[in-house]
Amino acid sequence: MDSKKASRRKFLKGGAAAAAVGAIQSASGQTPALVKSSLKDEVAYGERSHYVTSVRVPVLERPSPDEFGLTFHVLTPLQDSVGIITPSSLHFVGTHRGAIVPDIDPREYRFLLHGMVDRPLEFTLEELKRFPSVSRIHFIECLGNRAKPEHKTVQQTTGLTSCSEWTGVPLSLLLKEVGVQKGVSWVVSEGSEEVKGAGSIPLAKAMDDCLVAYGQNGEPLRPQNGFPVRLIVPGFEGIYNTKWLRRMKVADRYYMTYNDYGHISNDPKVAALTFQWGPKSVITFPSGGQKLPGRGVYQITGLAWSGGGAVRKVEISTDGGHTWKDAEIRGEVHRMAHTRFGMNWKWEGQECVVMSRCTDELGQVQPTRAQVAKVFNVPPDYYHNHGVQGSDNTIVPWRVATDGSVYNALA
Amino acid sequence: MGACTMHLRNLLLLVMILGLCQLASAQSPTYGLGKTPTTEEIRAWDIAISPDGKELPQGGGTAKEGAPLYAQKCASCHGATGSGGRAPELIRSESTTPAPGKQPPCLSPCIRGANVMAIHSPYATTIWDYINRGMPFGKEGSLKPNEVYALTAFLLYKNGVIPEDQVVDAQSLPQIKMPNRDGYVLPEWKHGMPRPFPNKP
Repeated sequence: MDSKKASRRKFLKGGAAAAAVGAIQSASGQTPALVKSSLKDEVAYGERSHYVTSVRVPVLERPSPDEFGLTFHVLTPLQDSVGIITPSSLHFVGTHRGAIVPDIDPREYRFLLHGMVDRPLEFTLEELKRFPSVSRIHFIECLGNRAKPEHKTVQQTTGLTSCSEWTGVPLSLLLKEVGVQKGVSWVVSEGSEEVKGAGSIPLAKAMDDCLVAYGQNGEPLRPQNGFPVRLIVPGFEGIYNTKWLRRMKVADRYYMTYNDYGHISNDPKVAALTFQWGPKSVITFPSGGQKLPGRGVYQITGLAWSGGGAVRKVEISTDGGHTWKDAEIRGEVHRMAHTRFGMNWKWEGQECVVMSRCTDELGQVQPTRAQVAKVFNVPPDYYHNHGVQGSDNTIVPWRVATDGSVYNALA
Repeated sequence: MGACTMHLRNLLLLVMILGLCQLASAQSPTYGLGKTPTTEEIRAWDIAISPDGKELPQGGGTAKEGAPLYAQKCASCHGATGSGGRAPELIRSESTTPAPGKQPPCLSPCIRGANVMAIHSPYATTIWDYINRGMPFGKEGSLKPNEVYALTAFLLYKNGVIPEDQVVDAQSLPQIKMPNRDGYVLPEWKHGMPRPFPNKP
C-alpha cells in the first residue's frame, strides 16, 4: 500500500516535470497532445474539453431561432447527464411566446414589489443582495415536457426539465417587508423581456418557499435563465418561474394574464393536475438513440423528481412493467429536485422494455399512460395522438432491441 | 432610593417590551432596504390589467377604427384576414376551420376548434393587456391607449363577440361577455397537498 502510494507520487512528480517541458506521459505510455486553449480559457473562465460535445437542441415541433428570431423551447441533453445538477450552459430554455434575451445592466436593474401592501418598495440588485440569502437545489420543468411517440431520445421526450442550485432572497421575507394586506390571494409577477411575460401564483405558494433568485450554480444567473433576477417557484410549472423579474404585484384576484389564460382548463380534474408537478422519473441510460455495445453488466440510471417534495422511492422494471425492483438512490435527495437513481443490470442480449416509477414524500406514485386514460375515461391508446391532460408525469418506456439499440417504446 | 431605582428599571423594561410588541403588531420593515416609489412611478410600471379593468387608462375605440390599424400594424405577421399568417391566428372564420380530425392541437378548452385569444380568454381585459404589453412584435409598448382599445374592439368584432359600432373603453371592456367566460376552473394550492389522482401503482 505504502509503496503503491510512493510510486504514484513519483509518477505524478514525473508528470509534473514532463509537463514543464511540454508533454505529459499518460498511463498507457502514449503522449497526448496538449489542450489547445486561449489565455481566457486557461486563466479567466474555463471551457469544457473539446471531446465533450453534449448540446441542447430545439424541440421537434418548432425551430429555434424561429422565423421571427425568437428562441422558443430548447432541450437539455439528459442522456449525457451525471449527478443531479444541470450545467447552467445546458439548462433548458422555455418562454411562452418565444423571447429575445434582454440585455439588462445589473446596475440599472430595479425590482418593484407593490399592490395591496402597506409599503411598496423598489430594490436595486445590490439591495436585494443585502437581505439574508438561501441556496436551494430545485428542478424547473416546463408544462410542455411531454413524451410523444415520434420522439427518439430522452432529450426529446423529457428535456424540458433541468436542475440547479438557486441562490436568492425568500419571497416571503420580501412580502413581510412590504406588509401584505388583508384579502390578498394572488401575486402577479412580470418579466422584463420584450413581451413582459406575466403570471399569477397563489399567495400561499408565494409565502411558502419561493425565491427571488440571482444565483445559479455558484455564479450569477445565465441571461437565458433570467439574468440578473428570476423567480423560483419550487415544484410548479416552469412558466411561473418568471425570468428577468422586474415587478410583483400583490392582488386579491387572479389576473388572467396571457401566460395564465394559456394554462387554464374548464375541467376541474385537469385544473387540479396543473400548478404543481406530480412525481416523475425517466431512465437516461439506456435511453432512446443509445446502443449497448454487447452483453454484460451495465448501470441503469436516471432522474426522478416531484413537485410534491422529496423523492421517497424509485422502482425500475426491465420487463415492460410486469415486475419492479427498488432502485438505489445515488446521491443527495432534495425537495423538488432531480434525484439520481441507479441499479446494476446484466443484459443477456434479449429484447426488453425498461422503465422507472417514482414515489414521492406525499405517497404519490408516477402513473402509466393507461392509468391516466382510465381516470379520464378515454381508450388506453388515446395518448398516441393526444397530449396527457394536465402536466404529463407518465412513465416513459425504452425498448432495448436484441442488437442493443434502444428505442422509444411509446412509438 | 434603591427600591425606587429598581421600580423605575422595571417600569422601563415594561415600556420597552410593550414597544417591541407594538412594533411586531405593526409589522414594520426589519431591514430598511429599498426605496419607496411614488404613486406616479408605480403607475408608470404597472401594466397589469385586472379582469375588473381598474388599471385601464382613459380612451376608447371601435372596430371600425381598429380595421385600418390592424392592416397597418398586425396583418404582415398575423395575415390580412387574421389567420394563415406566420404568427398565431387571431380571427376565426368558417373558411379557416380545419376539417374534423385535422385540427391542430389547441389549448383546453378547444372552442370551435380554435385557440384564438378572443374566443378562448374568459376576459376581454386579457386581450387589451397583451396587445398593450407585447405588440406589435419589435415595437412593444408603442401603441397609444386609443389604438389598443380600437384593435381590441376589432378582434372582438371579427370573432363575433361584439357589434361593429360598440365603443370599447375602460368602462365597457370589463363588461364584455366573452364566449369562454365560465370556461375555467382555478386550481387550489396548499402546502403538502397531493394531486387528486389515484396513487396505486
